[in-house]
Amino acid sequence: MTESLHADFKQIKCTADFWSLRMVDERAESFSVRKNVPQPPSMSVDRGAMLTVYADGGHGYAATSDTSRAGLQAALDRAAAWARASATRSLIDSRSLPRPALRGDYASPAADAKPWSRREWYELLAQESRAAGCDSRIVDWEASVETRNAEHVYLTSEGGEVSQRFRFVMPNLSVTAHADGDTQMRTLNGYRGLAQQGSEAMLERFGFVGSGARVAGEALQLLAAPNCPSGVMDALLLPDQMVLQIHESIGHPLELDRILGDERNFAGTSFVTLDMFGSYRYGSELLNVTFDPTRPEELASYAFDDDGTRAERAYLIRNGILERPLGGAISQKRAGIAGVANARADGWNRPPIDRMANLNIEPGDATLEQMIAEIEHGVLMRTNSSWSIDDSRNKFQFGCEWGQLIEGGKLTTVVKNPNYRGISANFWRSLKRVGDELTLEVLGTPYCGKGEPSQQIRVGHASPACVFAAVDVFGGDA
Amino acid sequence: MFSEVTLEDPQSEGIVNMEAYFNDLASLLDRSLAPGEVYTCAFDAEVSDFVRMNRGKIRQPGSVSQRYLRLHLIRGQRHAERCFSLSGDLARDRVDVAAAFSWLRDTLAELPDDPHLSYATEVVSSRSVKVRELPAADEVIANVLDAASGLDLVGIYAAGPVYRGFANSLGQRNWHQATSFNLQWSLYHRADKAVKTAYGGFDWSAGTFEAKMRDARERLALLAMPARSLEPGSYRAYLTPTAMEEIAGMLCWGGFSGRALATRQSCLFRVQDGEAAFDASVGFTENTLDGVAPAFQGEGFARPTAVPLVRDGQLVGSLVSPRTAKEYSLATNGANAAEMPESLDMAGGTLTASDALAALDSGLYIGNLWYLNFSDRPACRMTGMTRFASFWVEHGKIVAPVNVMRFDDSLFRLLGENLVGLTAERELLVDANSYRSRNVGSMRLPGAVVSEMAFTL
Repeated sequence: MTESLHADFKQIKCTADFWSLRMVDERAESFSVRKNVPQPPSMSVDRGAMLTVYADGGHGYAATSDTSRAGLQAALDRAAAWARASATRSLIDSRSLPRPALRGDYASPAADAKPWSRREWYELLAQESRAAGCDSRIVDWEASVETRNAEHVYLTSEGGEVSQRFRFVMPNLSVTAHADGDTQMRTLNGYRGLAQQGSEAMLERFGFVGSGARVAGEALQLLAAPNCPSGVMDALLLPDQMVLQIHESIGHPLELDRILGDERNFAGTSFVTLDMFGSYRYGSELLNVTFDPTRPEELASYAFDDDGTRAERAYLIRNGILERPLGGAISQKRAGIAGVANARADGWNRPPIDRMANLNIEPGDATLEQMIAEIEHGVLMRTNSSWSIDDSRNKFQFGCEWGQLIEGGKLTTVVKNPNYRGISANFWRSLKRVGDELTLEVLGTPYCGKGEPSQQIRVGHASPACVFAAVDVFGGDA
Repeated sequence: MFSEVTLEDPQSEGIVNMEAYFNDLASLLDRSLAPGEVYTCAFDAEVSDFVRMNRGKIRQPGSVSQRYLRLHLIRGQRHAERCFSLSGDLARDRVDVAAAFSWLRDTLAELPDDPHLSYATEVVSSRSVKVRELPAADEVIANVLDAASGLDLVGIYAAGPVYRGFANSLGQRNWHQATSFNLQWSLYHRADKAVKTAYGGFDWSAGTFEAKMRDARERLALLAMPARSLEPGSYRAYLTPTAMEEIAGMLCWGGFSGRALATRQSCLFRVQDGEAAFDASVGFTENTLDGVAPAFQGEGFARPTAVPLVRDGQLVGSLVSPRTAKEYSLATNGANAAEMPESLDMAGGTLTASDALAALDSGLYIGNLWYLNFSDRPACRMTGMTRFASFWVEHGKIVAPVNVMRFDDSLFRLLGENLVGLTAERELLVDANSYRSRNVGSMRLPGAVVSEMAFTL
């Protein structure tokens, strides 16, 4: 693709201040075994290009699935027309924007490794499915995987040339148990919570082999469990709940385009304001949050964002103090504040906007055993099942699949429907223990929704287990 | 069998070209088929303008032209599918079609028979074309921004033709195209205090837009009053149709799914079992006839004009996809694979919308809800936030905007013992989501007055 694309880009014409081409070619395969029945496989091949133009102070884009030279020229003309038509009413003067000219490339770990065959996948998924369907109270179960290979090319009129190749593996296992008027679902780290770059080696890291019987057993335990009690207590959140807590109450509020108001009609605004950066106490001194596109296996690692800015690791929150937002080059220019390389699009047909990428909590020094031993009255929660937060990203309520009471420093009764609520601005200040490297897991989600037009993007979150003090906890209806 | 609905400008050459392209593509698929093979295909295309606005100016203007084909190859009881993007030039796209057939044939050779395979064998062709000339997007935006002069407007305008097609090797052809627009905008007073308005349809009317903008300006003025913070507790409330859209959206998340009901994952399985019920005035229907979605689904099955789901507060039906029908020995009713409503219609009540505030008397007027999720799905208990223009009402009069509040309550209570009444008037709410492509779903919903709604934070 790259050679002919470069030639076509040199041939297409434009009389503008700046123009760029972003080509995405993404191929996905999906395999699933549900209730021991192999589901029909599917493959998708999605290829297209977006042309972006800066002209006369305005800017515009046009995207097309016609990647011929004529198709690219037509899109470039359309983008230029938008740039000129919007110039007098544009929120941003494109003459002030950076004009990317960087060159470089990136590849996921094992990007060229031979992928598993369909047969290998179906054999593994069938094995886990058989193990999961072990009891008459198990009413539905499914083992599945989605693998993706993506090639991104970004070329600019200033000579910028970026080529990036990605490979993603995203397995899933879910089990639903039902009896006596109640239904409980248990998954392996949440729906598509296991999502990483690289090869099938990730299956071993997460214990996918053998997970069918294990997850089914846990679903049956939940079915027999009492509801989580209500009360104010310590909450020990394991990484597959921490990813959601980070995502909703740190990630989204720190997106600079939200702070600048772009998302107020849909995804919302933020309780964070520009004057808070550099001084605001976001959390306790134990809270250290990084934007880290350099962790190879994490879902949103890359070398350049979709506006051609080089991606580097940076602290967003250090020792609890807010340092910088999640804002790409254009948002940084608008806000006059340093950010990170996080202008990202979910495909060729949507423009880059400020997104989370890899947003991580740095590990502390407590072992899991120490954290449990230090809790007199609390609850361990794992695997997010419910998420809701206000449009300023402050008042939240989250629920988990699995709860277990901690009494006198020991894990005791398993409880179902554990939920908790709080306010972001206060919650992170109650962080009282951060787990060590051994408690850390590298997870993520392919389903972060935002933007007008709508976009759904892959984000990574690595987190240790964490303890929060005096959390408002409750369970389901009796 | 064939049905046709046409409302088009015959001069619209580009529109005709897309349909001609699809028919040529289907002919190519016919010619590509080997003996013993059957194909079905779903075509999804659009030519859209998207103009994003913020602070009363243009933030991000652009256009997207895209074509996708989902090709499903069947041989005996084996089948697989491949979805791919298309350029629109059949001479070049035939390479991708050939690659798709090659991959599908290789794949089928390795698969076992699928006991749940189901595809339409009765040929039911149809053609629905709704094409009206829209003003150029930059003209619309100029009008919108001029009308909002001096105001903090943020929003999105999405417009242009959307195409959906179906074809199979049995000769069935279905075509659905509509040129539509959807303008969603918010006027901000400050911080999170705003009025959100939607205007969507097929004919842009400057008069209608101006009326909606005038109404939004009037409500914006109400937000200038000092806001009130409510303590957690139960409050009487009026939910506008827009707020009801979020609640109905939760029911659409597997609630009416035949598969989710059969596997006890639906939030309505207790209604199915007779252990819970809504108030007798509550009714839901998948009303394809009056919606904006195509009357056919991805496997080629025609959709009935209406599928009753809830009548007199009881579950009387579900959305059954062809695959679920095969698995659970049910009859399919043209549901999509996800078994989600695309044209959900909730029955109106007897309360006139103009009397809603009087019926509320004192309590919360909830203009919008936001970010709902289940806190206990079997109990149909959900949580979410108030958003945008929500007010405290006393003696039928708005007295103050309210700061955002979190509710956490069961729909069995809200639309059951706590339901005071539903408005007779219903609003058509066109889905504004555009993940991957512009949605073609809609809902028609009334407002609701409830005697108690539990707020927790």
